[in-house]
Amino acid sequence: MTVLRTGVDTGSPEYAANRAALLESLAALDAEHAKAVAGGGPKYTERHHRRGKLLARERVELLLDRDAPFLELSPLAAWGTDHAVGASVVTGIGVVEGVECVIVANDPTVRGGASNPWSLRKTFRAADIALANRLPLISLVESGGADLQSQSEIFIPGGRAFRDLTRLSAAGVPTVTAVFGNATAGGAYVPGLSDHVIMVADRAKVFLGGPPLVKMATGEEARDEELGGARMHGSVSGLADFVAEDETDAIRLTRRVVARLNHRKQGPPPAHEVEEPLLDADELLGVVPADLRVPFDPREVIGRVVDGSRFDEFKPAYGTSLVTGWASLHGYPVGVLANARGVLFSEESQKAAQFVQLANSAATPLIFLQNTTGYMVGTRYEQGGIVKHGAMMINAVSNSRVPHLTVVMGASYGAGNYGMCGRAFDPRFLFTWPNAKSAVMGPKQLAGVLSIVARQAAAAKGREYAEEHDAAMRELVEGQIEQQSLAPFLSGRLYDDGVIDPRDTRTVLGLCLSAVHSGPVEGAAGYGVFRM
Amino acid sequence: MITRLLVANRGEIARRIVRTCRELGVGTVAVFSDPDEHEPFVAEADLAVRLPGATPAETYLRGDAIVAAATAAGADAVHPGYGFLSENADFARAVLAAGLTWVGPPPDVVEGMGSKIAAKQRMAAAGVPVLPELAPQDVTAADLPLLVKASAGGGGRGMRIVRSLGELADQLAGARREAESAFGDGTVFCEPLLTAARHVEVQVLADEHGTVWALGERECSIQRRHQKIVEETPSPAVDEALRARLCDAAVTAARAVGYVGAGTVEFLLDERGAFHFLEVNTRLQVEHPVTELVFGLDLVAWQLAVAEGAALPPEPPEPSGHAIEVRLCAEDPACDWRPSTGTLLRFDVPLVPGVRLDSGVETGSEVGVHYDPMLAKVIAWAPHRHAAARTLAAVLRGTRVHGLVTNRDLLADVLSHPAFLAGDTHTGFLDEHGLAGPRPAHDPRISALAAALAQAAGRRRGSHLPSGWRNVVSQPQRVSYLVGDDTVRVEYRHTRDGVLTDVPAHVVSVRSAGPQEHEVVLELAGVRHRFAVALHGDRAEVDSPLGAVSLLTAPRFPDPAERVLPGAAVAVVPGTVVRIGVGEGDRVAAGTELLVLEAMKMEHRVLATTDGTVAEVRVRRGDQVDAGDVLIVVEEQ
Repeated sequence: MTVLRTGVDTGSPEYAANRAALLESLAALDAEHAKAVAGGGPKYTERHHRRGKLLARERVELLLDRDAPFLELSPLAAWGTDHAVGASVVTGIGVVEGVECVIVANDPTVRGGASNPWSLRKTFRAADIALANRLPLISLVESGGADLQSQSEIFIPGGRAFRDLTRLSAAGVPTVTAVFGNATAGGAYVPGLSDHVIMVADRAKVFLGGPPLVKMATGEEARDEELGGARMHGSVSGLADFVAEDETDAIRLTRRVVARLNHRKQGPPPAHEVEEPLLDADELLGVVPADLRVPFDPREVIGRVVDGSRFDEFKPAYGTSLVTGWASLHGYPVGVLANARGVLFSEESQKAAQFVQLANSAATPLIFLQNTTGYMVGTRYEQGGIVKHGAMMINAVSNSRVPHLTVVMGASYGAGNYGMCGRAFDPRFLFTWPNAKSAVMGPKQLAGVLSIVARQAAAAKGREYAEEHDAAMRELVEGQIEQQSLAPFLSGRLYDDGVIDPRDTRTVLGLCLSAVHSGPVEGAAGYGVFRM
Repeated sequence: MITRLLVANRGEIARRIVRTCRELGVGTVAVFSDPDEHEPFVAEADLAVRLPGATPAETYLRGDAIVAAATAAGADAVHPGYGFLSENADFARAVLAAGLTWVGPPPDVVEGMGSKIAAKQRMAAAGVPVLPELAPQDVTAADLPLLVKASAGGGGRGMRIVRSLGELADQLAGARREAESAFGDGTVFCEPLLTAARHVEVQVLADEHGTVWALGERECSIQRRHQKIVEETPSPAVDEALRARLCDAAVTAARAVGYVGAGTVEFLLDERGAFHFLEVNTRLQVEHPVTELVFGLDLVAWQLAVAEGAALPPEPPEPSGHAIEVRLCAEDPACDWRPSTGTLLRFDVPLVPGVRLDSGVETGSEVGVHYDPMLAKVIAWAPHRHAAARTLAAVLRGTRVHGLVTNRDLLADVLSHPAFLAGDTHTGFLDEHGLAGPRPAHDPRISALAAALAQAAGRRRGSHLPSGWRNVVSQPQRVSYLVGDDTVRVEYRHTRDGVLTDVPAHVVSVRSAGPQEHEVVLELAGVRHRFAVALHGDRAEVDSPLGAVSLLTAPRFPDPAERVLPGAAVAVVPGTVVRIGVGEGDRVAAGTELLVLEAMKMEHRVLATTDGTVAEVRVRRGDQVDAGDVLIVVEEQ
């Protein structure tokens, strides 16, 4: 058993500069998170409170067990779009009556809790997590339905929300819905398709068509309560299993329902005794270079994340640009793959392919710590088979069946993003550090490639290449690529599950590991053809 | 020779008598009521006999059953302790008739002194100074204020103060009822009330050969509801000359009635130094340990020896030093001494040399509604009065008593009070110094924070993930507690940089010694304080240098079915309904007496809180009710 030691000089100017840069990014991140928490702003939150209602996060906090951690997911959804940060819905994983659940709560202070395309994607992501990890899904509903201005982007894909609910139920993952206000038209199917339904008396409104629509359709003069009130649904239609006296009572009833789900975790339990890392997580801020081009030793990160800073490295002397090894995290055994010097060569790819297969044969979850500039290019490497070796790694990762957790610590460029289990490879969870960047290649490289191509095109046509235009083009492209490769931008597009403080990495991974162990943890039975 | 002694009593006095018997090699027999089955005094006796039932009338007052128990268990002597049948001459006769030794004065003496009215007349005849007695029917306004007393009484039961003629009839009736229930004799009489008087009593011990010892005086002035709570010897108000006169009077009194055994002659000492005979208690007193510590003798051992016919040496031993006793009772001084019942979750008295604990209970004991709320006596001896008071106060402050409300803090406050230290004790002490009633406590939020952090630590056990962690912060953890009738709310959030809270305290550390035991260190204005927090279900008991606070976690989700109707009169104590003053449909005004509950020998009046009409009477006379039960619903007008 190897205990990792640190080589970090906490007194160095680089350390101080790195730390200052990251703290600045974290302050900016906090400000963006605060926007999500603020919801519709003071005017609408006050109005909501005046009506005797709880905010989405207040409902979530009351639903959670006391002192239970809550891992909020996709808090920056819709960042950089025309829609409010957070996408008018709160999602996350927390413990309710001792059961880890996925919680989805509409934020009615943001445009009445109406769904926009980002709300949908965020909700889909939450349902995916519930299904993949067998976590009961609790929906705290109060939504005006679809944001009609963007109906064209919502209507067709939106059906998936309902499909997901029934598929969860079919898979034996319980769905519980508490209705606090409007759940009308399509929204009525959320309770309609849930296993357990609680409605708040005098507040819940659940119907396909409201009084105006009914009047238009059939001429009937109907009132809200008769059409879709909680008491009606509790005693006449049977759509509500429980009628709550008020919001607090609805949360109480929801908790009672969860307490009686008899939902058991299927994965193996963690070790009883857990040792904290010997190295200080706080130093992560100084470990990570402010300039992504400067490589850093991922063992400095691993030693600050895994139990007891203990790490048994696999093939330490082979393919040294990728660090692989075994550890435990919050008592769960894990395999770790971490980029050491950015570039992946053939040796690293083959080492990774073997390591991933070993983890599968031992049903050990994998953690990918990304800081990669991609697979090596150049004649020598192409001739050495970098494509087929990279393909082996991607094949192994794609077909691996053990849970994958990915953290983007720095760069995530090119096919390295794929081989290191980027979003498209369905890691169970993917979190990003605020300094991280993901793109097909670095902004400078991309601008440079465009410049070379343009220069060649000009030469082919016998035209003169305008150098001043080239500089302007490079600057523009670099700026755009830079902006689109930043963490909040990508998080806003749901390309990760959230941007986290590097110092929270251990906690976040611990919560994720606990969540993935709600489902079975098994390795792959077979793989695709490995091109040798 | 006594070989096996039946103790016709319960609680601390039964344990105390058994302790002496064990030292003497005398076997012991306990008798116990159903609620007492698992109490320590039963386990500590060699043999035990069940007295079926719960009320004293069904159990400890059943002389026939007790004599039968003694016979069945092969006892050859009966010690009655105090209270119950200790001053019942018929019982003493029944014991003797069964061929058993009666540890107490002869039945005729008991009988003669048992009627306080007759006793006063005999003492007056023997030349002992007495207070005038007023026949209830002759009372006039000029006699006020006066005291109604039960002739067969003791321990304050059946005793009432009357300040206006209008309340005389009610108070007489109440006193009679209480006396009837407690002593089986409803006779009462009246005396002038001396407000700033001291209660001073002399311990006597007499053998059947004519020797009578007067073992100094005891000062028992600090009382609540006419029951002593702090007793000491010697009295700070008695000098050598007065002591000699008191002792002479006590010996005269004992001789006048042919006293044998241990007894107490009680006097009222007025401000001018004049004293008046009150009564003779023909039994061991609750407060006898102070005399034992100062005289270095065992009064129970002497009681047995005298009962066996032994002769006292001609002179008693010389007293030395000072002893103070406090009675730790399960009652709330802040709420009119409301008795507190339930499970004693922890009882831990940090004994030091010179301190004696005579306790009826242990951790886990049940304290019910049927008997006296006294849990234990704590007695300190020291060469000087101030030293004894300081030691005893410190022991009380370090005592951990969980699950019940007690008078612990009040007792410690009395012992540290300048007026007490100055020796200025009298029967109105608590009222004069404002010690009864709510204490000016420290900010309960400080203790509530300690409780909340301990509970959070308790919940964390088994999980290594950080308590209450959030990647996106919206609000802190919020916990509400009930402290007495007040709600206390605290907020806290564990962060990377420590605990953030809305309480003005800096959290230094939280350490857990088990799921229930936690130590929280808080820094208050630069000073670190240690809070020992014990968790018992929803209850958190916090002991710290600031004082003990008992907090009940308020439910996060009050069940709508359990919400109390407005206008409902709720039982504040568990007890028995002894009288219902209203019927359904009656119109009542706020303050009207709706019914009377009896709990722990005290009557508690339940009053209407609002003007209105009685909509519902949910109980009947004789019903046993629990604290929180709805008794009567008044519909507001």
